[in-house]
Amino acid sequence: MTESQFGVFGIDPWWLVLLKVLAIFVMLVLLTLFTIWWERRVVSRMQNRIGPNRVGPFGLLQSLMDGFKLGLKEEIIPKAAHVGVYWIAPVISATAAFLAFAVIPFGPTVSIFGVETPLQLTDFPVSVLYILAIASIGIYGIVLAGWSSGSTYPLLGGLRSSAQMISYEIAMGMSFVAVFLYAGSMSTSEIISAQEPIWFAVILLPSFLIYVTSMVGETNRAPFDLPEAEGELVGGFHTEYSSLKFAMFFLAEYINMVTVSALATTLFLGGWLAPWPISLWESANTGWWPLLWWLAKVQIFIFVFIWLRATLPRLRYDQFMKFGWKVLIPASIIWIMIVAAARVLRNDVELSNRQLLIIGAVVIAGLLVVSWFAQGTIDRREAARRLVRSEIENRPYDPMAGGFPVPPMPGQQAVLTSRRSGSPVVQQEALDG
Amino acid sequence: MIEGNFGEEIVFWVSGGLAVLGALGMILSKKAVHSALWVALTMINLAILYVANSAPFLGMVQVIVYTGAVMMLFLFVLMVVGVDSSDSLIETLKGQRLVAIVLALGLGILLIAGVGAGLTDLVPAGLDAANGLDGGNVQGIARLLFTEYLVAFEVTSALLITAALGAMVLAHRERWLPRASQEELSKARFMGPGHPGNLPSSGTYARHNAVDTPALLPDGSTSDLSIPGPLVARGDVRPIDHHDVEQIESLGGGAK
Repeated sequence: MTESQFGVFGIDPWWLVLLKVLAIFVMLVLLTLFTIWWERRVVSRMQNRIGPNRVGPFGLLQSLMDGFKLGLKEEIIPKAAHVGVYWIAPVISATAAFLAFAVIPFGPTVSIFGVETPLQLTDFPVSVLYILAIASIGIYGIVLAGWSSGSTYPLLGGLRSSAQMISYEIAMGMSFVAVFLYAGSMSTSEIISAQEPIWFAVILLPSFLIYVTSMVGETNRAPFDLPEAEGELVGGFHTEYSSLKFAMFFLAEYINMVTVSALATTLFLGGWLAPWPISLWESANTGWWPLLWWLAKVQIFIFVFIWLRATLPRLRYDQFMKFGWKVLIPASIIWIMIVAAARVLRNDVELSNRQLLIIGAVVIAGLLVVSWFAQGTIDRREAARRLVRSEIENRPYDPMAGGFPVPPMPGQQAVLTSRRSGSPVVQQEALDG
Repeated sequence: MIEGNFGEEIVFWVSGGLAVLGALGMILSKKAVHSALWVALTMINLAILYVANSAPFLGMVQVIVYTGAVMMLFLFVLMVVGVDSSDSLIETLKGQRLVAIVLALGLGILLIAGVGAGLTDLVPAGLDAANGLDGGNVQGIARLLFTEYLVAFEVTSALLITAALGAMVLAHRERWLPRASQEELSKARFMGPGHPGNLPSSGTYARHNAVDTPALLPDGSTSDLSIPGPLVARGDVRPIDHHDVEQIESLGGGAK
C-alpha cells in the first residue's frame, strides 16, 4: 500500500475532470428521477396497485414532470423564519449529497478519448473518512432547516433527525473498521482491489449487517423515518419548505440513498468487480462492463430500501435510539475486537487452519454455556421485577412515602386537607371504615 | 503533495480568507446560532488547508470531530435553550473593548513579526520523508499515536470517558418503580377507565365548525365521546340538523 497506487489519480487533463464531474452530476440526477419512479412502482405492486403509468413509457417521465411542477409551485416562507439560514439549509443538504460521490469508484481504468483514466473522479488515502465527513456536514442542512423555519414541529424534527443521524453514524463508522483492518487502507479503490478473491460481505458478515442497518437509519428511510413521522411531527424538518427548496431536500434524500448504497457496494460487495458466475468470464472486470455490475449492485440495495418501506411499520423513537446505542454500537465494538484478535493471531502467531477451527469451536461452545447461564439470570431478574411491581402496586397509599415533600417529624401522620377530605373517594372510604 | 505550486496558492488564499471571514463573523454576529455556524465555516476551511498541506487524515478528522460532533453539540444546546435568544450587548466591564483591541493588536503584531519573520524562506523539512516513512500519511500518524504518544493518547481517552461518565451520572435518575414494559402499558390501557383506542372523530357531516359537531352513531344518535370535554361543559355542542344529514346522503348517491 504505497503512495504509487494513487499515481493514476490527480493526473487527468482538466477537460476530463470536468467531464467526470458532469457525468456524475447527470447520473445522480437521473438516478434520483429513476429511483422515485421505481419506488412508486414497486410500492404500488406490493400494495396491489399499478402506480404511475401515464407520462412517458411505463410512466418513466412521471418524476420529471413532478419535479417541474414542484419547481413552479408558489414558495411560502414563514414570517418567523431566519431568512439567511433558511435559504442556505437546502443548499448545504443538496451540495453535501453530491460531494460524497467524488470518491466512489464506478469501474477500472478505461480509455476516454484516448486518455487512460480510472472510472472515478478522485481517490486519496482517506476517502472513506471523507464520505463520513461530508455526511456530517449534510446533517447541518437538516438541523439548520429545522431551526431556521421558526416553527416548533420543524425544530423538533430537525433535532430528532440530527440525533438519529449522529447516533447511526457512529455504528456506521464502526462497521468500517473491520473493512479497514482487512483491506489495510481507507481508500475506496484499494478496498475494492482487496476484495478480489472474496467480498467483504462474506468474510465480514456482521460488519455488513450492521452497516446495512445503520445506512437505513442514516438516510432517514422507513422503518427509521422518525424525522418525518407524519402523525407526530407533520413533515419534520421540511414542514415549512415549499417549491424548489423542498425539491432540493427531496433530491438530497434520494441521492443520499444512492450514496449509501454505492458505499455498501464499494466496501462490502466488491464495488465494480463482477459477481461470481460472471467473474468466470475472463474480461468481466475490464473495460466498461464493470459499470454495469456496479449499477446492478446499487440497484439491489435501492430495491431493499423500497422493500423495507413497503413492509415495515415505523419504530418508536425511544426503541429506535435504544437499538442504535445499546445493540448496534456494542455489537460493532465486540465484532471489531474479534476481528482484530483474529488478525493478530494470523499475523503474529503461527497457527494452522486446524488449530484456528479448534479455537473457534471452543469459543462458540463457551459462548453457548455463557448464554445458557445468562438466560437463567435474565429469567430470575424478570421474576423479581414482577414481584417488586406487584408489591408496590398492592401497597396502601401513603402520601408521605419517601418523605415527600419534606421528611415527616417523628410520629407525624398525614392529614387530609379539606379539599381532599371532601372528595367522593375519601367520603366513600370514611363511610366504609 | 507538490510544494508551492499555483493551485496550492489559490487554495490557501480562498480557504484562508473564508476562515478569517468565519472568525470575524463569529465575533460580530448577534445570534449565538449564527456564531456557531461561522465557527463551522472556519473549521471546514482549516480542514481544507490541512488537506492541501499533505495531512488528509487530519483534515478529515477535523471535519468529522469538530464540525460534525462538537459544533453540532453546540448547535443542539443553543437550539434547545432558546430559538430566539440573542446575547445581551450591554457591557459589564468598563473599557474592556478598548483594552481588548489594544491587546489583540499587540498579540497580532507579535505573532506576525515573530513567527512570520521566523518562517519566511523556510523550506518545509522532511514533509515528504515523514509522510513516506511508513508508506503514507495515515500509517505515519498511526505509528506515532500507537508507539511514541501511546500514553498521552490513552490518558486523553480516559479523560473523555470520565467526562462522559460524569455527564451520565449528572443526568441519571433513580426509578422508584421498574420501567413499565409495553405489555404492561397495553394491559393498563385496556383495563383502565379510559377509552382504549382513538376516540370517534367529530364532524362526520362537517357543515359547521367540525369540533362542535358530534359524530353520528349507526342508529342516528350522537356520540358524546367525539366532542372535546370543555365544549360539552360550556354547552357549545351543536345539535344535529337532520335535514343536513339527509341532504348530504342524497348528494352522496343514496348511501344509507
